[in-house]
Amino acid sequence: MTIRFPIALAAAALAITAPAVAQTPPGGDTGGGIVRIAKPVTGKEVYEAVCQACHMADAKGGVGAGTIPALASNPRLAGAAYPISAIVLGKGGMPGLTGSLDDTQIAEVVTYIRTNFGNAYAKPVTAAEVARIPHPTRGGGH
Amino acid sequence: MELGGRTPTRRQLLSAIAAVGGTAALYQAMTSLGHAAETQFTGPPNLAGARKGASVIVLGAGLAGLLAAHELTKAGYKVQILEYQDRAGGRNWSLRGGDTYTELGGATQKVGYAPGNYFNPGPWRIPHHHKTLLHYCKAFGVALEPFIQFNHNTWIHSSESFGGKPVRFKAAAADFEGNVAELLAKSVNQKALDDQVTPEDRERLLEALKGWGMLDKDYRYASNLRSASHRGYDRPPGGGVNGAPIPSALYGLHDVLDPQVWSSMAFFMGHEMQTTMFQPVGGMDMIGKAFARQVEGQITYNAKVSKIAQDDKGVAVTYTDTVTGKVVTAQADWCVCTIPLSVLGQIDTQVTDEMMAAIKAVPYSGQVKIGLEMKRRFWEEEDSIFGGHSFTDQEIALISYPNNNLFGDGPAVLLGAFAREMGAYRLAGLTPQQRIEVALQQGSVLHPASYRKEFSNGASVAWSRVPWSLGCCARWTEQSRKEHYQTLVGMDRRIVLAGEHASYVGCWMEGALLSSIDAITRLHKRALEA
Repeated sequence: MTIRFPIALAAAALAITAPAVAQTPPGGDTGGGIVRIAKPVTGKEVYEAVCQACHMADAKGGVGAGTIPALASNPRLAGAAYPISAIVLGKGGMPGLTGSLDDTQIAEVVTYIRTNFGNAYAKPVTAAEVARIPHPTRGGGH
Repeated sequence: MELGGRTPTRRQLLSAIAAVGGTAALYQAMTSLGHAAETQFTGPPNLAGARKGASVIVLGAGLAGLLAAHELTKAGYKVQILEYQDRAGGRNWSLRGGDTYTELGGATQKVGYAPGNYFNPGPWRIPHHHKTLLHYCKAFGVALEPFIQFNHNTWIHSSESFGGKPVRFKAAAADFEGNVAELLAKSVNQKALDDQVTPEDRERLLEALKGWGMLDKDYRYASNLRSASHRGYDRPPGGGVNGAPIPSALYGLHDVLDPQVWSSMAFFMGHEMQTTMFQPVGGMDMIGKAFARQVEGQITYNAKVSKIAQDDKGVAVTYTDTVTGKVVTAQADWCVCTIPLSVLGQIDTQVTDEMMAAIKAVPYSGQVKIGLEMKRRFWEEEDSIFGGHSFTDQEIALISYPNNNLFGDGPAVLLGAFAREMGAYRLAGLTPQQRIEVALQQGSVLHPASYRKEFSNGASVAWSRVPWSLGCCARWTEQSRKEHYQTLVGMDRRIVLAGEHASYVGCWMEGALLSSIDAITRLHKRALEA
C-alpha cells in the first residue's frame, strides 16, 4: 500500500490532461505499437515524469563510469539560459526534449528546479524565454 | 571432373574478387549474384602480420571491444582490455537469481528468480540477417533457439478503443485488413479509381481485395466463416454433433482504426523485426561470455578510465582500479575505444576538437525493461499465448512472453515492460519497487485474472541509470550523422572508436560488431603503414 498509494495519486492527478501519443521511432530495437502518456503539467510533475529518470528524485544525480550532474544546490542554475538550453538542445548523452515537452512544460520545470533542491532563483521562467532558443528538428531513430 | 575443376565455384569466385577488389567489391559482386543484399558482412576480417611487438589497448569489454581484441590478438598484436565493470559483455547482459544490480542513485536489487530463469535487460532478439553476430555465435559455440517474434494470438490493448479491453492481434488485424479491403473495393466499384488503374488491373485488384481481405461475393467484409477463418470463431470447428463452427462478431471500424492496431501490424514489417529471430539458449549473456572466453586473461576489470592521451609514439590510458583505488597508466601503440559516447564525452580524451564535438553530439536513449517472474505460465495455460508480444498503449508498452521451456511447469520470467521515450523516463524515475508495482497494475489490464495473483518477484533495469553506460543506445539524427558521423568513425591518430554508436545498425549487437571489424581493419592497415 505504501507503494501503490502515491502512484495511484500521481496517475489521478495526471489523468485530467490529454495524453500524448508517442509512436515508435524508426530504427533500433524498440517496442511496437503506440504509447499514450498522461501529460505532466506542473514543474514538479514534469520533473518527476522526465528529469528524475537521470537526475534522481533528490536531484543529486549519480556517479558511475560517468557522472549525471546534480541539479541540487547547483550554482550553474543561477542563469535560466543554461538549464533551458540543456533541455532544448540536449547535452552530451542527455537528449534534447523538445520532441517530448512543449515550451510551457520546459518553462515550468526550469522554474521548479531553480526554486527547489537547495536552489533559490525565484524569478519564474516563461515559455517565451524557452522559445528564444532555436529548437532542433527532432530526428527519429536510435 | 576436368570441367568442374576449371570452372570456379561461386565461393572461389567470390574469394578471388575479395582478394583483388577488397570487401567492398566482394559485397557488390555478391549483391549482383543475388546474395547477401541483407548484410554488409563478408566474413571475419583476415588480419595478419602485425609488426613484432605492436600493441593495442581496447577500452570496454562489450561485444565490439571483445571482438576487436580477439581479432587483433589473432593478427599478432599484444592486446589488453580495460573494463569498468567486474564482468565482460557490456550491454549483452542477463540477470539471474542471486545476482545483485545497483543502479545510479544507489538502489540495489537482488534478483530472486528460480534457477534456470533469466531476464535480458539489453539485447534480447537477433534478426536472421545479422550475419556477423550469427557467424561468431556459431564460431564460438553459442547455441541459438528461435525467438518467437510474431504471434497472432497475443493481445493488443488501447485505452481508447474496444472498451479499453485487450483484443486478439489476429482479430484486430483481420478487421483492419477486411475494412480497408472493403472500402478500397467500394472505391473501385464506384469507379473512383478508373483514372489511375487500368480495367485489367481493376479486376486483379478486386480479386486481391476479396482474397486478402476475406470479402464476401458482394465485396463486403462481414461476420461469416470467411472473416472468422482469419479473426477467430465464437465456436471453433470441432468434431461430431456440434462440429460446425460459429463465426465471431466484427469490431467497429472506429476501434479498428485506433493507431495501436495498424502500428502493431506495421511493427512486424520492419526490416529488423521480421522473422526468423533467434535468442541464445540460456540467456543473452551466453554470447558475451563466449566472446570473453576468446580473450581470457586479457581483461582488466574494475578499471575506471579517467584519461586517454596520445602522441606520435603511442597511447597512454589512465585508469583507477575501483576496488583498490590505485591509479594506473597503461600504454600501447594503438587504442580501440568502445566506451559509450555518453561516458566518453566526460573523459579527458586527447582527440581533435572535431572528434570531441562528434562524441558529444550524440544523445542516448533510456529504455526501461522489467522482468517479472510468475509462478506459472498462465498466458500459455489460459490464453494459448506461446511467446511473442502483447502491445499496450500504457507506459510498459508491451508484455513479451518467454520463448523457451514452453508448456513447462514452475515459475517463468516474462518481460513486463519495454518502455521507451516518455514512458521510460517515468518508469526510470521510480524506485525499483514502484516500477514493479506499475508493471503489475498495467500488465493486469491484459491478464486481469492471474497477473498479480501469480506474481512472484521481479527486477528492472532503467538504462538511463545504468552506471557504466548512462543510457541504452546512441541516437543519431539525419543532421548529426551529416555533421559528425564520418569524423566519429575516422581514426584520430592512434585512436579509433567502435561500438553500435559507430554504425548505421544502431542499438543492435550487429552494429557493434560491424563497426569493430571496420575499425580494426583500418587500424591494422594504418599500423602496417606507420
